[in-house]
Amino acid sequence: MTDTHPFDVLVIGGGPAGIAAAVRAAECGSRTGIVDDNPNLGGQIWRSSTEQSPPTEAAEWYLRLQKAGVTALSGKRVFDQPAPGVLLAEGDEDLLELRYRKLILATGARERFLPFPGWTLPNVMGAGGLQAMVKSGLPIRGKRVVVAGTGPLLLAVASYLKDHGAEVSIICEQASYSRLALFAIALWNQPGKISQSLELKRALDGVAFAPGSWVTAAHGRAALESITISRAGKPQTIPCDYLACGFHLVPNIELAQLLGCQIRDGFVHVDDLQQTSIANVFCAGEPTGIGGIELSLAEGQIAGLAAADRDDEARKLFSARNKAQRFARALDRAFQLRPELKKLVAPETLVCRCEDVPYSRLQRHTSWRSAKLQTRCGMGPCQGRICGPATQFLFDWTPDSVRPPVFPVRVESMSPATRNFETLKP
Amino acid sequence: MPDSVNLTVNGRSVSVPHGATVAVAVAIAGLPCRTSVTGEPRGPLCGMGICFECRVSINGKRHCRSCQTLCDQGMDVKTND
Repeated sequence: MTDTHPFDVLVIGGGPAGIAAAVRAAECGSRTGIVDDNPNLGGQIWRSSTEQSPPTEAAEWYLRLQKAGVTALSGKRVFDQPAPGVLLAEGDEDLLELRYRKLILATGARERFLPFPGWTLPNVMGAGGLQAMVKSGLPIRGKRVVVAGTGPLLLAVASYLKDHGAEVSIICEQASYSRLALFAIALWNQPGKISQSLELKRALDGVAFAPGSWVTAAHGRAALESITISRAGKPQTIPCDYLACGFHLVPNIELAQLLGCQIRDGFVHVDDLQQTSIANVFCAGEPTGIGGIELSLAEGQIAGLAAADRDDEARKLFSARNKAQRFARALDRAFQLRPELKKLVAPETLVCRCEDVPYSRLQRHTSWRSAKLQTRCGMGPCQGRICGPATQFLFDWTPDSVRPPVFPVRVESMSPATRNFETLKP
Repeated sequence: MPDSVNLTVNGRSVSVPHGATVAVAVAIAGLPCRTSVTGEPRGPLCGMGICFECRVSINGKRHCRSCQTLCDQGMDVKTND
């Protein structure tokens, strides 16, 4: 069964940026739709939990979304643009043709993963990854967890896991103490961020926070049993049930690339009103620069208003966005990856987890394309979303152009001959 | 609405909280999700539908991302399929 949806404004991505964009556009009277791959809206930060209702801020936005009459399409993956103004999305059972006048890309970010010996063992997960699993019902009470990697997410994840009964012994933050101190200073003009950090510090009472430390190996037979970390230059082995390890975030820009939007320094380039280099295509949130929820909400609202031709109202939000951008720049400086992390891989360490390509087979290549063609690195179902950022860090490779489908789909969804769309009257 | 959902993972009965994902059911069953092309056991990495490490068969349909699929009463999940 296939459906055709005509929208004035179509938003791709149901995290804070996408929700804010959809709400503002719909409140201006635009027929608005929001599409997301996850079973529920909210993105990662507002991901609903099997135990708790969403945070107050999220609940308010959900209510506005409902009141404004936004059509929410969850569990749908956009994979192609067969013609300008038309996107194709696949659900578990259906295929949708989504027609739009204005498009807002709010595709969010994913965690950056860096390979180290043992990182493919079951129960080695992303920091946000383990948190998402616990929110989805994974029992964590009494489990020994180490949180590692880099970025502000580590503290939030450690606090969440501890709050749910996990025994979090240590947080290994690769950034040095001095970089973090500079980051803290950069926050002085942002009282909200300071009080959030102080709350986190209280919540993490009893958990060692170790700047300048990182995981060098994970050990185990069928699943994770222990890890080795480098702390103050010395190795230390810690038994654990889970390792939650993520190296900050990388933007999901594949769809923007497919549409031909200009990318600058790895991010989608936008103007003041969040418009990309392609007419009628806007972008908001992490794909334009990793900046967290306040920036996402500001950018999302600006994009939603601009897409509804309310430029003057959108401009009123510029100062909120500028303030949040200062935080984003401070983040970038503080959590830059240290070069030592490039030395963690052993020759046999797998870099591409889909195709099991070890580091030793990649070393002889000089580009992503050459590695891809000759080793199948990045050719598996994740389409290089995990190994791409890793090889970028390890070898300075830049991924190629993006081609449809930007997500693995059923064969019948790919062929115009087997697509059968039904028109949905608004 | 019942508090828990019952399903089977490789024929074994598993009970999960309402709203739990299939990835969680597989973890509660104590199993990896899939075997990699060189024979390694794999479980979820990203938890958000990006990495495809959590692929399982659900009601006979292969290559489903278990972290993006909510458990349903009576669902039949198979790992390594």
